[in-house]
Amino acid sequence: MKFFPLIWRNLLRKKARAGFTFLSILVAFLLFGLLGAIQTGFSQGVDLAGVDRLVLTHKVSLIQLLPISYLPRIQAVPNVTDVAHFTWFGGIYQDPRNFFAQMPVDPERFLRLYPEYVLPEEQKKAWLEDRTGAIAGRKLAERFGWKIGDRIPIQATIWRKADGLNTWEFNLVGIFDPAVEGADTTGFYFRYDYFDEARMFAKGFVGWYVIRIDDPARAPQIAERIDAQFANSPYETKTATEKAFLQGFANQVGNIGAIVTAVLAAVFFTILLVAANTMAQSVRERVSELAVLKTVGFTDGLVLRLILAESLLLAGVAGVLGLALAWGFIQRGDPTGGFLPNFYLPPRYLLLGTVLVALLGLASGLLPGLRAMRLRIADALRRA
Amino acid sequence: MNEDQLVVKLRDLHKVFHRGSERIDVLQGVNLEVPRGDFLALMGPSGSGKTTLLNLVGGLDQPTQGSVEVAGERIDQLSRGKLARWRARNIGFVFQLYNLLPTLTAEANVGLPLLLTPLSRAERKRHVATALELVGLADRAKHFPRQLSGGQEQRVGIARAIVADPTLLLCDEPTGDLDRKSGDEILKLLQALNQRQGKTILLVTHDPHAAAHASRILYLNKGVLSPEPIP
Repeated sequence: MKFFPLIWRNLLRKKARAGFTFLSILVAFLLFGLLGAIQTGFSQGVDLAGVDRLVLTHKVSLIQLLPISYLPRIQAVPNVTDVAHFTWFGGIYQDPRNFFAQMPVDPERFLRLYPEYVLPEEQKKAWLEDRTGAIAGRKLAERFGWKIGDRIPIQATIWRKADGLNTWEFNLVGIFDPAVEGADTTGFYFRYDYFDEARMFAKGFVGWYVIRIDDPARAPQIAERIDAQFANSPYETKTATEKAFLQGFANQVGNIGAIVTAVLAAVFFTILLVAANTMAQSVRERVSELAVLKTVGFTDGLVLRLILAESLLLAGVAGVLGLALAWGFIQRGDPTGGFLPNFYLPPRYLLLGTVLVALLGLASGLLPGLRAMRLRIADALRRA
Repeated sequence: MNEDQLVVKLRDLHKVFHRGSERIDVLQGVNLEVPRGDFLALMGPSGSGKTTLLNLVGGLDQPTQGSVEVAGERIDQLSRGKLARWRARNIGFVFQLYNLLPTLTAEANVGLPLLLTPLSRAERKRHVATALELVGLADRAKHFPRQLSGGQEQRVGIARAIVADPTLLLCDEPTGDLDRKSGDEILKLLQALNQRQGKTILLVTHDPHAAAHASRILYLNKGVLSPEPIP
């Protein structure tokens, strides 16, 4: 601690240079945080996917419908312990820009399959008692200022009602919370029985099934067995783990993970060069000062530690501030208005960011530090 | 002379530099004894090996041959780390160009050697204040080097050299960059440190006027030490 003033003063020796390097590192880690959140958002909860859940879709495409009659047949397959179904509704609430997912489900099956959504018991009861009842995730309810008891009108874009009307109205009977951080609470779910009875066409069909199995290690074999049930039928199926399903969904936009990694690698390599150059210049400029320090008794090891402390301080303050700014921005929520419901920064990114800050600090100070350490006093004083 | 009274004892000291294929014998068998409390001036023309000799006595460089015993220690046999710690305890350096750290105030510059001691912050502050007072710069403690005159910078340099109470003060042309008046002030200060504080001082200079302030003078020419100037 007693060396801190010395380190600090050296760091601020050339304020403009230190300032620009500081800003470069800050922006790099701000970018790191934001790209981390975007990657998480694009993965659509891949990381949170249940290892014991499979997703069954039409073999041709997710938008092809499947008969509801498949449900008992899937349920009957060995190792299958529960099944729920979903259908994409794709409606509009007030304005097309107000995008969020809406799906008709069987309430009990849905809540059993997704324990990461917590709905209070009395709200669950209310949902079961009200055929036009619907539940919304906490983030969605907060986004539109909804409260329980509100009437939510949604304009259909696919599913016109049998009476020819386009507007579906739901009673908001519940708001669910996440049981784990990152669980998506931007969804809107209503009852399938009401939906199926009131829609104009495709009665008796659903979008896809989510299946719980008792042995995740045997997921490929179970999926194969399920698909075999429906082979050579008009509605052949394709079953995959929920993780693979969500990953495939995310990959429709491109391999976001690889893109983010490539961008970050380029950014960090550049920042390493910038920071290392700053430190190298700073050490070059004070060869005689380092010689003086050694003359008064500073050991080679202490000189190395002082240089490393300097580069760590620069990278540490700028990097941590960059991460903090990213965190603050991300806390404000999805900037795309619903396109990235999982826009948040998992703690592992913060940990990785902190490790990168430390590595950047050490790497940028190491070579100049070693040079300072090896400096021969008599030579350095002669050159001064 | 009693061996215990000797602060510096050099025996058959040689130093050879190589510049490309050229061999330069800077010191050729130097023998020297400096007793405690002595104020010795080493004179000689440029390139005579004065600074090299000073660097060897201060443990800043290693001899090619011979032994260097300072403050009772064979420093030519010490590792770099041990040598650094030894210097912190025993040697105070005063440079021709002051060599103050421009980013630190006068008091922070003076306090540098004390950072290596187990002294508390308050004790360090007290030692620094005493050293600055001794060189007459107590009122310039918060000034940066760029805010001081050359003479004042050199006084800060001397305060830094004496703050840890070293056994030996090594001064390399301390007045070489100063005008006559400031130079005289520095030389009087060194004299006072020698006479009142009992500091052992080894002064390297090519200026006879500066050397006259020492209690004895030796001459170095072409790597050989002599009690008389070599014409």
